[in-house]
Amino acid sequence: MAVSVDEAVSTGPTRERTPPTRRLGGRGRSVLEIALLTVLAVVMLFPVLWMIETSIKENRDVYAVPAQFFGFSVTIDHFKDVFVAPGGGRSDLSVAFLNSAVVAGVSTVLATVLGVPAAWAYSRFAVKAKKDQLFFILSTRFMPPVVVVIPIFLMYRQVGLIDSKLGLILIYTAFNAPFTIWMMKGFVDEVPAEYEDAAMLDGYTRLQAFWRHTLPLLVPGIAATAVFALIFSWNEFVFAIFLTSSDSVRTAPPAIAGLIGGTTTDWGLVAAASVVFALPVLVFAYLVRKHLIAGVTLGAVRR
Amino acid sequence: MGTVAAHGLCKSFGKVQALDGVTLDVPDGSFFVVLGPSGAGKTTTLRAIAGLEKLDAGSVHLDGRDATGDAPAARDLAMVFQNYALYPRHTAYENIASPLRARRCSSSEIAAAVERMSSLLHIERLLQRRPAQLSGGEMQRVALARALVRHPRAFLMDEPLTNLDLKLRVEMRTELTRIHRSLGATFVYVTNDQVEALSMADHVAVLKEGKVQQVGTPTEVYERPANKWVAGFVGSPPISLLACHAEGDRLVGAQGWTLPRPRWTTAEDGRALLLGLRAEDLSVEQRRDASLSGELYGIEPLGDRTVVDVQVGTEILKVKARPTVTGTPGERLLVTVDLDRAHLFDADTGLSLSEAGR
Repeated sequence: MAVSVDEAVSTGPTRERTPPTRRLGGRGRSVLEIALLTVLAVVMLFPVLWMIETSIKENRDVYAVPAQFFGFSVTIDHFKDVFVAPGGGRSDLSVAFLNSAVVAGVSTVLATVLGVPAAWAYSRFAVKAKKDQLFFILSTRFMPPVVVVIPIFLMYRQVGLIDSKLGLILIYTAFNAPFTIWMMKGFVDEVPAEYEDAAMLDGYTRLQAFWRHTLPLLVPGIAATAVFALIFSWNEFVFAIFLTSSDSVRTAPPAIAGLIGGTTTDWGLVAAASVVFALPVLVFAYLVRKHLIAGVTLGAVRR
Repeated sequence: MGTVAAHGLCKSFGKVQALDGVTLDVPDGSFFVVLGPSGAGKTTTLRAIAGLEKLDAGSVHLDGRDATGDAPAARDLAMVFQNYALYPRHTAYENIASPLRARRCSSSEIAAAVERMSSLLHIERLLQRRPAQLSGGEMQRVALARALVRHPRAFLMDEPLTNLDLKLRVEMRTELTRIHRSLGATFVYVTNDQVEALSMADHVAVLKEGKVQQVGTPTEVYERPANKWVAGFVGSPPISLLACHAEGDRLVGAQGWTLPRPRWTTAEDGRALLLGLRAEDLSVEQRRDASLSGELYGIEPLGDRTVVDVQVGTEILKVKARPTVTGTPGERLLVTVDLDRAHLFDADTGLSLSEAGR
């Protein structure tokens, strides 16, 4: 990497947007930019840093005044507490993490299994009022969860889905399916329909043609889409806290939030649980970082 | 092998009427070319025969049996796509083997069939490559092999030579004709290249805006075009069309010229006509009774021949001449006309008026 900081930060668009009269010298502007970026980085990253520090501090250092940035003694007790109950056995938090994994995993699989064929159908077939249907599907994502959570709560209570993992799985699937359909439609559009036509003339049925020739080409797209769905389900808080109550069903976000409050708050435990909670998302986001950008420009790039 | 019959095919895409009552009868074992400009509905016709396009109206009969609603797999047809549509994840071998795998042939049968095809098309050394590692001509051969590897009722080819360079195209033209003869199979071949149509076909259907304009042998289509549009589309350089009308024993041009009225015309006096003259039926070198006078407009040397553009009034005549012909623009010229080979069309309907008298 032979790019200097100057080159790396002074981008074209910034240069164009700066009116010539107000433009500082090249050096001065770079310094200003670096300063602003540093402030931004500190503001963004400090909570993360503090969370990590707190998770490995002993309790007396957590509450120390003035706060200790360095020179505290490191412990992994908090991380042990996340997974192991004080009396031995599984902790409630570890159950919550397991619930999160089950709910996020199953709802993602369901959304993918439903969404990919739907995306294929919308891409390949002449569906009546296709645009309207697609818009309707997208429109279900317009509402923030908090708007629909009360009606969902009432309906779930009627049908007995309250405080059940199945209930969460269904609502997350419903929220992820539209996203999966839209994102996958973009990927399916990119795969020429001729492969399927050719396979059908070879003697395969349409479904066999899709399965043998189109689906394997969609695997990278499916992986990226599934990771997005997984991250949404993993992070989801509003539905989880409204629709579940017992420790055996609760997912990690409400469970961690539940640690705060009461007479005392074990901040070390909260921080350690948060670190454990954030790690999978970071890993997955790293895995699909290319698609995070591709998702924005999808359709603009033609092969 | 098989016959393919399409009757009254209609298909629209939104507001665009792609097919408007297309009827074709492809005899068993023929090389049937569907010729037309882009957007004429050629590919849609082929896809309708293949079962890839749902029809608004019309029927497709294969070997005399109604196959209109059948799935593509049930029709027992093979198709070569314009962009080849080779499966990108599979080797050339697997691509060629695909139709046989769909029919659950044994691997020894498949190996024998692929070997036979690859030696016929000279692609033995390409079999282990993937489509991305093949050139356009090689991909075309693999796509052809995939279609030819089994013995379907008929082969459908959608402009298979369009994406090849000129030299390869000429080569493959000969090769396809050779393959057609050796297989004796029915070929339905779509192209916008009239040279391909005239050189390969034993039957040509000329298509325009979703309608069949004329069906016939290449000679019929060239020598006796059914209307002015077919006359203009088939033939290079294009036929020259001059506005005129009959007056007693003369043809009087809108630009003031007169020619003797051809014996075979039945058109009544005063009716608006178009006189169609092909470049090879005109001459600036010979002397004949019938002639038009004009000015030299331009000279296009084409190597083996020269096309001389002669301006008659405001209309341009394309005249075929020997390569040695010279002249300067503006020079007065006498163009002699072989009226026995001329065509007359009704100016309003565009239909040929030449048939009756011949």
